[in-house]
Amino acid sequence: MDSGLDRNGLKIILCGPALLFLAAFYFYPLAAVFELGLRPQGAWDPTPFKRLFTAPYFLRVLWFTTWQAALSTLLTMIAAVPAALVFARYRFPGKRLFQALSTVPFVLPTVVVAAAFQALLGNRGLLNDLWVFCGGGERGPLRLDQSLGLIFLAHVFYNFTVVFRIVGGFRERLQENFTDAARVLGASPWTALRQVTLPLLAPALYASGLLVFIFCFSSFGIILILGGPRYATLEVEIYRQAVHLFNLPMAAALSMVQVLFSLAVMWVYTGLQRRTSVALTPRSRAAGGRRAETRTAKLAIGLVLALLTLLILLPLAALMVRSVSGEDGWTLAFYRALGDNPSGSIFYVAPLQAIRHSLAFALATLICTLALAVPAAIYLAQPLRRFAHLLDPLLMLPLSTSAVTLGFGFIIALDRPPLNLRSSWILVPLAHSLVAFPFAVRSLLPALRSVPAGLREAAQVLGAGPWTVWKTVDLPILARALLVAAVFSLVISLGEFGATVFVARPQTPTMPLAIYRLLGQPGSLNYGQAMAMSCLLMLVTVGGFLFLERVAALSHREF
Amino acid sequence: MKQLILCWFLIGVLLPGAGRAAAADPEPPTLTLMTHDSFSVGKDLIAEFESAHRVKLRFVKAGDAGAVLTQAILSRNNPLADVLFGVDNTFLSRALQADIFEPYAAPALKDIPEALQLDATQRLLPVDFGDVCLNVDRRWFTAHQLEPPKDLTDLTQPAYKGLTVVENPATSSPGLAFLLATIGRFGDPGFLDYWKRLKANDVLVADGWKQAYWGHFSAASKGDRPIVVSYAGSPAAEVHYAEKKPAEARTAAVVDGANGFRQIEFVGILKGTAQRRLAEQLVDFLLSRRFQEDLPLQMFMFPANRTATLPEVFVKHTRVTETPVQVAPAMIEKNREQWIQAWTETVLR
Repeated sequence: MDSGLDRNGLKIILCGPALLFLAAFYFYPLAAVFELGLRPQGAWDPTPFKRLFTAPYFLRVLWFTTWQAALSTLLTMIAAVPAALVFARYRFPGKRLFQALSTVPFVLPTVVVAAAFQALLGNRGLLNDLWVFCGGGERGPLRLDQSLGLIFLAHVFYNFTVVFRIVGGFRERLQENFTDAARVLGASPWTALRQVTLPLLAPALYASGLLVFIFCFSSFGIILILGGPRYATLEVEIYRQAVHLFNLPMAAALSMVQVLFSLAVMWVYTGLQRRTSVALTPRSRAAGGRRAETRTAKLAIGLVLALLTLLILLPLAALMVRSVSGEDGWTLAFYRALGDNPSGSIFYVAPLQAIRHSLAFALATLICTLALAVPAAIYLAQPLRRFAHLLDPLLMLPLSTSAVTLGFGFIIALDRPPLNLRSSWILVPLAHSLVAFPFAVRSLLPALRSVPAGLREAAQVLGAGPWTVWKTVDLPILARALLVAAVFSLVISLGEFGATVFVARPQTPTMPLAIYRLLGQPGSLNYGQAMAMSCLLMLVTVGGFLFLERVAALSHREF
Repeated sequence: MKQLILCWFLIGVLLPGAGRAAAADPEPPTLTLMTHDSFSVGKDLIAEFESAHRVKLRFVKAGDAGAVLTQAILSRNNPLADVLFGVDNTFLSRALQADIFEPYAAPALKDIPEALQLDATQRLLPVDFGDVCLNVDRRWFTAHQLEPPKDLTDLTQPAYKGLTVVENPATSSPGLAFLLATIGRFGDPGFLDYWKRLKANDVLVADGWKQAYWGHFSAASKGDRPIVVSYAGSPAAEVHYAEKKPAEARTAAVVDGANGFRQIEFVGILKGTAQRRLAEQLVDFLLSRRFQEDLPLQMFMFPANRTATLPEVFVKHTRVTETPVQVAPAMIEKNREQWIQAWTETVLR
């Protein structure tokens, strides 16, 4: 298996599909945009770059983009890592439901999240109302509207699940005996955590941290909506330059800076991650944790659940409350109204139809993403491959590329057969897969790298072929990470992330698009319906998540 | 493997028409209308048009008005559609300069006021208009025993401190329209003085209409600002989409005096269409009385065709601005970036 020819063959088989996919739907459209923007007359025009690096405004934007992403990542890690550790270690009632609910924020449209936060923390939000109600004065003390604090809170709210799932999934497969051994040898729980557990977790910590950073780095809606117009990230600036000022050269130059910067970050990161991976004998099956017996353990669970409730459940609950409160108290009128089309519009979508479209796109995204990501991750996980070292950062790029740029790239590049897909529905799951693919690779890699070579070799010695080795050694160990990858694909598609906002599409409206349509016109009925549709989206997400867990549990039994 | 087959089967079932579209024999030709996300039209009307002209209408939506125009210009060599609806007067010059439309002297133009026909070359024909103006929360002003503002200059008075929310002209089309209203009214650079005073009076800037209206306007959801920049048609929508139909609209538009900017939306036939005849018929249809009488309740804009009668909810609850502020499209195109830049420096820094 290690002869030169085989290795090349393996490279092509494992990475070929993913590379072809990225070449056709990422690099080619992106190159087309750069070509149009930066070489308008066939020669490089450096003026936008000159302007970019001499205007203090753009440098300020770049600086703000970077530090807000770094701080958001740090805050998300601080909130999510303890929660992930506690969930991986202990078993307690309601655990699965909490896990499912923590994924929900990831799919909610930004406008809806903004509504949830405003309902809770806004100048006239629930907390301020409560203050007034308890006699604290005429106006509540919270003044968070359009503040940096709200941006960070929202970033943690959104990205919590990324760290929570990746670190939690990784931790669940680690044997407890290292930590236990450390404890028996007299280490305090804190020392055991710091010197044993955290270093073992390093690959997962880096992987999830990077994803969150990249996500916040290209943050668009949250910054615009919650932070107000004073805060502009690169992504916001690209949109403004391209759409409103029609300054394609500037937009292309900014996109290029964004891409190169992300590439640099990821290059550093992939190097780091390779150095930290540890091969262990993992548990093939998540035992689901032990019961909490000590008081400290119970306290830890209590604290984590309280945090989850405050950070995630409360805003979601605020949304649900909004969807059922009408002018005179509780009502289901908004849910009922979802079924009506009072003006007979041709663009009206029945809720069931929107759910169907969303699910179909999500399923297609899931298949496409896993089919591409699993082989690519297997290749990348093998040690000491120069090609892999180059490839790894490249595969992550789509996540960090401006949605406008990519959307416009589709328009210019994908207009001729055989890739005449500009306004085909297929472009939607393809664009979703572009965003989901890096998530899937990152979720799979730490698990794959932790498969000890010894196990594989033992299987080979015993006469197993490559496929059998993979099926009997790798796959069972991978099951947990596969589930995480599948959940991300599903959730990214359900939430309509990435370039699809700017993909011209025919009438296949999904749930997020239905929500946007409802919020497009005044009237309390529209607002209530948007909240109701958001709750349906939450329901579908939790349902999809529990369904995937079920599938994973079933396939466990098969192995 | 079995699961995979099942998955593809499920996708086929869930997405009707996804796999079938290609395999059809004597189907009528397809005509594509590209438009922005806010476009809407009655189902019956489309069915009538399709059967009258033996054509299948396909709609392609691609973001807001600016994004749609940009995409149309980018795809000029191989157009995405036959007809484009949704270029407004703030983007008119850019669209005409890009030269992506074919002229069409539609017969229905005789029923459309001259003032709306901004393109003398007849490449872009007016379909509807909406006045971007202040909307006020009437209930709030009654409760606080304050007169609602009647003029733009009122907003800088101490009594209205901290009451107004506007949209960012750099990212929002009503935001830009409102900025143009102040430029047309106070002149350049006079408008910057106005905005300075507005800023001193604690004006709030939201990024777009959705966030201003749903996030900060006191008449909708949980905002705490009773004055918002919206459309003259918004009070009618407030009644039409009220949970319980009120006798009086909760909000009112400030339509007297020179306080609003008229946003006019145009339709044009894209260069390179292979179906010129059908495209003309679609334009005629968009200008026809039938479509024009349907559009107010679909998009809450006003019909351009003067023979169209307004629905009752419009007649009762709102009016058009009598003397809208004018800024010529060529001026807008020439100064857009600089105006927005100056505004940003004045209001946001």
